[in-house]
Amino acid sequence: MLIGSAAIAGGVVFGYWRYRTPFDNPLLATLQDGEVALTTYLRIHRTGITIVAPRAEMGQGVHTTLAALVAEELDVALEDVQVEHGPASKAYFNQVAFEEGVPFAVTDEGALAEGVRNFTHVPAKLLGMQITGGSSSIPDAFVKMRKAGAAARMVLLAAAAKKLNVAQNTLTTSNGQVVAADGTRIPYTELAELAAEIEPPGDPELKERADWKLLGRSLPRVDMAAKCTGTAEYSIDVRLPGLLYATVRMNPQLGGELLSFDATAAGAMAGVRKIESLPGGVMVIASNTWYAMQAAKAINCTWGPAVYPTTSEAQFAAVDNAFANGYDSRFLDNGDVDDALADGADVEAEYAVPYLAHATMEPLNAVAWLHDGRLDIWAGTQAPTQAVKDSAAIAGIDAHRVHLHTTLMGGGFGRRAEADFINTAVHAATAMPGVPVKLTWSREEDTTHDTYRPLAKARFRATVANGGPLAFDLALAAPSAIASQLSRIGMSIPGPDMSIVQAAWDQPYAIANYRVTGYRAPVMTPISSWRSVGASQNGFFHECALDEIAHAAGADPLQMRLALLTHEPSRKVLEAVAEMSGWGGALPEGRGRGVAFVLSFGVPVAEVIEVAATGNGIRIIKAWAAVDVGIALDPGNIEAQVQSAINFGLSAAIMSEITLKDGVVEQSNFHNYDAIRIVQAPDIEVRILENGTKIRGIGEPGLPPAAPALANAIFAATGQRMRELPLRKHIRFA
Amino acid sequence: MKLTVNGSEHEVDVNDDMPLLWVLRDELGITGPKYGCGIALCGACTVHIDGVAMRSCVIPVAAVSGEVTTIEGLGTPAALHAVQRAWIDQQVAQCGYCQPGQIMSAAALLANNPDPSDAEIDIAMAGNLCRCGAYPRIRSAIKAAAASLREI
Ligand code: FES
Ligand code: FES
Repeated sequence: MLIGSAAIAGGVVFGYWRYRTPFDNPLLATLQDGEVALTTYLRIHRTGITIVAPRAEMGQGVHTTLAALVAEELDVALEDVQVEHGPASKAYFNQVAFEEGVPFAVTDEGALAEGVRNFTHVPAKLLGMQITGGSSSIPDAFVKMRKAGAAARMVLLAAAAKKLNVAQNTLTTSNGQVVAADGTRIPYTELAELAAEIEPPGDPELKERADWKLLGRSLPRVDMAAKCTGTAEYSIDVRLPGLLYATVRMNPQLGGELLSFDATAAGAMAGVRKIESLPGGVMVIASNTWYAMQAAKAINCTWGPAVYPTTSEAQFAAVDNAFANGYDSRFLDNGDVDDALADGADVEAEYAVPYLAHATMEPLNAVAWLHDGRLDIWAGTQAPTQAVKDSAAIAGIDAHRVHLHTTLMGGGFGRRAEADFINTAVHAATAMPGVPVKLTWSREEDTTHDTYRPLAKARFRATVANGGPLAFDLALAAPSAIASQLSRIGMSIPGPDMSIVQAAWDQPYAIANYRVTGYRAPVMTPISSWRSVGASQNGFFHECALDEIAHAAGADPLQMRLALLTHEPSRKVLEAVAEMSGWGGALPEGRGRGVAFVLSFGVPVAEVIEVAATGNGIRIIKAWAAVDVGIALDPGNIEAQVQSAINFGLSAAIMSEITLKDGVVEQSNFHNYDAIRIVQAPDIEVRILENGTKIRGIGEPGLPPAAPALANAIFAATGQRMRELPLRKHIRFA
Repeated sequence: MKLTVNGSEHEVDVNDDMPLLWVLRDELGITGPKYGCGIALCGACTVHIDGVAMRSCVIPVAAVSGEVTTIEGLGTPAALHAVQRAWIDQQVAQCGYCQPGQIMSAAALLANNPDPSDAEIDIAMAGNLCRCGAYPRIRSAIKAAAASLREI
């Protein structure tokens, strides 16, 4: 999330006392008989221990690492505990989610920058938004969840001391048990009830890193066996007695109205129970999802017109026009760029990227059940507290009566931070009081009704001297994803949208005359955060431009970057990837290598990609990546995330594109919105460094360098400069 | 009509043209096979029919004559198939949503070809999309599973 602190504080009246007051423990309302909640992250029953990991598990392994934070300090083995997402609650607000939105580069750790970052913690707490995004789960949880584990261990020790009538300092713990000096062992599960009566310490001491047993190691994921045996439960798999199955058909002109519909034929089709309108579309409730989808196709709908320019060309023209307007942000303006470019540029170019769909593997869906004065929802959501709010409003009940069960997610990538798909299920549930309804969007509905990654353009001009840039002026234009996103939750963004310039204005390059300007195009088609947000396009723009500059300057693109980088951890990842890939070594005929470096979400990442130009087109031979997360809690999982992000970025680079015609998205399923397959997926070697000063998350930062490293490699192999994504519009891939 | 799934016989009363996937998921509550695209493009719904990997989203239930095996019938957490064992050892799954389909495709591949080359893996697995891009580990798990199956 890149919401500026000003945007968040706007309209929120707060006082320090409210900031200091802790939220109530939401687990207290969920306990079974004889169960206790020692902290907001821990439930203990005689039969076992459950750790609450209140962030969306959408593939990034967050449940395992969050649980390990608690388990490390609590002193339990991960295989001896259950891990669950837990209820939606403000108590699980994301404290650091808004830090990325401040106008200070992450490399700036001065008092002012840190002070403003700390200031964002106040509105974060007061808004109480439980959000998974911005690679923030680990930095947010790193201290607080270890402290929770440590505090629980302290009260368990105190309970044992009371029970055994010995001094607490004669006791230790081992693997879920308190151990007394005489060798007596008492399992935590037997001490929990007594421990619950003892006030936990507010600021317990944490273990030294050298003493970690779980953290810092590659742990088996807690969800792995279930996911490999078909027993993992996603919301699409929820089974309930009397469950009905539904789908929607929404105006293909996104956000447009439903003027009228005729469901005479559809209503008579097999399995159909109910057809009703909802805002902007129709829904079918049936005895089987397939029956519902068949009937939805058979409804005659009259749609209202599009509320935005109806073609991609017209929308790109609106982005072009934005460059002529006043700027949205200019947080980087070193030296005198205008003066340095007064005699013209040595190199200049324009770049463009299209809209992108998230295309999560599990199509959007949710289960909702309005019964006995309450609303139960099963959904995969990155924003549970917001989902509860929206659902309560639709169902017309108090938010306290909404019980959201957050399930595992078949991918999120930012899409599941939106509530639209949950809202459709709640509409279905209100049309069928007493009956649980699972509403699934077809893949076609999912692809054509996304909140897309914005389309964007970049223009740059540069002059070169002494083997590097003398001046680099980069202008970036895009509609504001953050404004679009916030508008759907009734908020606005009074300040600049940092995502338009993210990972461009804040890169640690020492260039004498260096300027990055963001221009805001109007929001047209609905847009939102897409894995790595603004860095997903700006990494491509900035790093391809630097490659053009290196070429114009006659410099090696990796050595030139190394000479410009001022931030030590950033230099180290670039040096690492050079060494791993054998950068500079001789390559066979037709091969080429590209490099890119992007610092996003606080993580410096350098990638090298090697391609071969073959008779059948470009083939990716191999990718190398070096990343610095400050402290690597689970190297195996970090490796998986970097590989995942690179493949996600390569899909966008090579083949993904959402286009509009007549106000309608032209792509609908994987035949025309595909992603890379095993055939094209390269071998990816990852190295993890720990020179950064703060712990960072890794779900996103591996993505931004992938596209520019690929485009730069193609230039090296073929001499063809690639300035528009997807690349396959301009060059063939094998 | 009658349907044999994971060794049990079921009686189902649905339209003949309902795809097997939706019979399994919504009629029988067998949710291991996943809906991803509905038109044979992603492989998430892959099951075995008489041992052959098939996309259940495009097979009308009335056309199913053989025995259906889903991921639940391949192996269980307590009694894993060698491919599932390898998947867990290599920590393949991320979101995991594509993995039942990946595993069913890989199991069918190895049943016919105990030592597949990279090119043969590519061909057998190209129809299985993984949006999380877990391909490097999918490839290594297939090789590990092949090796362990050859030892038996
Ligand atoms: S759901 Fe059957 S192949 Fe995609
Ligand atoms: S693991 Fe998520 S789609 Fe493959």
